[in-house]
Amino acid sequence: MSAKTINIKLKVWRQKDANSKGGFEDYQLENISTASSFLEMMDVLNEKLVNENKEPVAFDHDCREGICGMCSMFINGRAHGPDTLVTTCQLHMRTFKDGETIVIEPWRTGGFPVIKDLMVDRTAYEKIMQAGGFVSVNTGGVPDANAIPIPKHDADEAMDAASCIGCGACVATCKNSSAMLFVAAKVSQLALLPQGRVEASKRAKNMVAVMDELGFGNCSNTGACEMECPKGISLAHIARLNREFLSANIKG
Amino acid sequence: MSNFISSSIGKKLILSLSGLFLITFLLIHLIANLFLLGGSDAFNTAVHFMDTNPVIQIMQPILALGFVVHILYGVIIQLQNWKATPVNYKTVNQKESSKWSARNMIWLGLFVLAFLLIHLGNYFYVMKFAPHDMGSTLVDGVEMHDAYSLVTGLFTNPSFGVIYSIIYIIGFVALGLHLNHAFWSAFQTIGWSNDVWRKRLSTIGTLYAILIAVGFSIIPLYFLFIK
Repeated sequence: MSAKTINIKLKVWRQKDANSKGGFEDYQLENISTASSFLEMMDVLNEKLVNENKEPVAFDHDCREGICGMCSMFINGRAHGPDTLVTTCQLHMRTFKDGETIVIEPWRTGGFPVIKDLMVDRTAYEKIMQAGGFVSVNTGGVPDANAIPIPKHDADEAMDAASCIGCGACVATCKNSSAMLFVAAKVSQLALLPQGRVEASKRAKNMVAVMDELGFGNCSNTGACEMECPKGISLAHIARLNREFLSANIKG
Repeated sequence: MSNFISSSIGKKLILSLSGLFLITFLLIHLIANLFLLGGSDAFNTAVHFMDTNPVIQIMQPILALGFVVHILYGVIIQLQNWKATPVNYKTVNQKESSKWSARNMIWLGLFVLAFLLIHLGNYFYVMKFAPHDMGSTLVDGVEMHDAYSLVTGLFTNPSFGVIYSIIYIIGFVALGLHLNHAFWSAFQTIGWSNDVWRKRLSTIGTLYAILIAVGFSIIPLYFLFIK
């Protein structure tokens, strides 16, 4: 596919720090290659701002390969922009039209306060993980691979859940600011495997408790999280989390 | 246990179980109402049966409690959800990621609640607390209240019958939209869903929502146009 160039207008959320009010700034960019990624377009903007002796736009990014979960941004009203199953770094400028105005906002949810411009603090996810998103393994010899047989279907589903990169798009897109898809993926990937079953009850209870404490909302099953998840994690994992949580509480 | 009830999933479980209870009630209510199409004697006999049936009498306060719990928890959950999002997006496009009815459950629910209050005032209050306002009638030698005239009188009233019927139908369209999301969602919250059952349950939910909305709407339409 041959790359064209387009001219775009940007409306970017600028906010000095967590306590400032913030507002939109308008920018114009010319000759942006449609083959460039959204983050490369942001780099072009920042280079231009630096050359004009202006403060560049702060945004999170790291691997730029769609696997680290750092890039965020709410683009034209959608988490990670208009494309599906991609992170912002894998969103390309060919998705936009010549002359289009692109609105860029940070994730907006109580659980992820804005640090600066488009950067948000996702420490809340770390706190949820620390509450149980792991298996306790004793030291000793490494067990043989395949010593514990695991049905193919379970292994596949656990792998699907494990593909969560913790980017926060599910919370960002949820009208309730619910973190259920994230917690469900983390509970599910371990609940499906024998190694994770040992602590399954404790894990479901503790992770949900911390999720609630941190002020995330209540899931109302709209399904928006699943549609905006760059890894396509299914709502079926939320049903599994509900089962795990209910049975953990029935067991006591 | 108190931790469980106050947790997000615990509250949602209460909302979903009370919702499923109300969903069951709607079907029984619809069946009773369809006796209206059978004429005066059929409907009055059905109402008389309900009035004198001990199971129905025991279920009535439980049903009222079901409504109170469902409404209360729906509102509590919604207030927490608004609080969880202190700053809203300036531009938001949710059309492609979720259904309108799923995003507006609280408004559909409150609309249905307003309808419910009108409805209780018009029928339930009269039947329960002022039965003498209804005339009486004889069916097969048994004297019973003329509930048929009370119900059909509102639909066929020359001054406000048409408006009343329209309000009635809009109320049930709102209820249908509420149920379209509610049915599957209730099972999801209990944990009884996966990628296969989700499709089945949401199809059954949509069919059920249509059954309820159309089933109840047939009644005013029948009295307006056919009778």
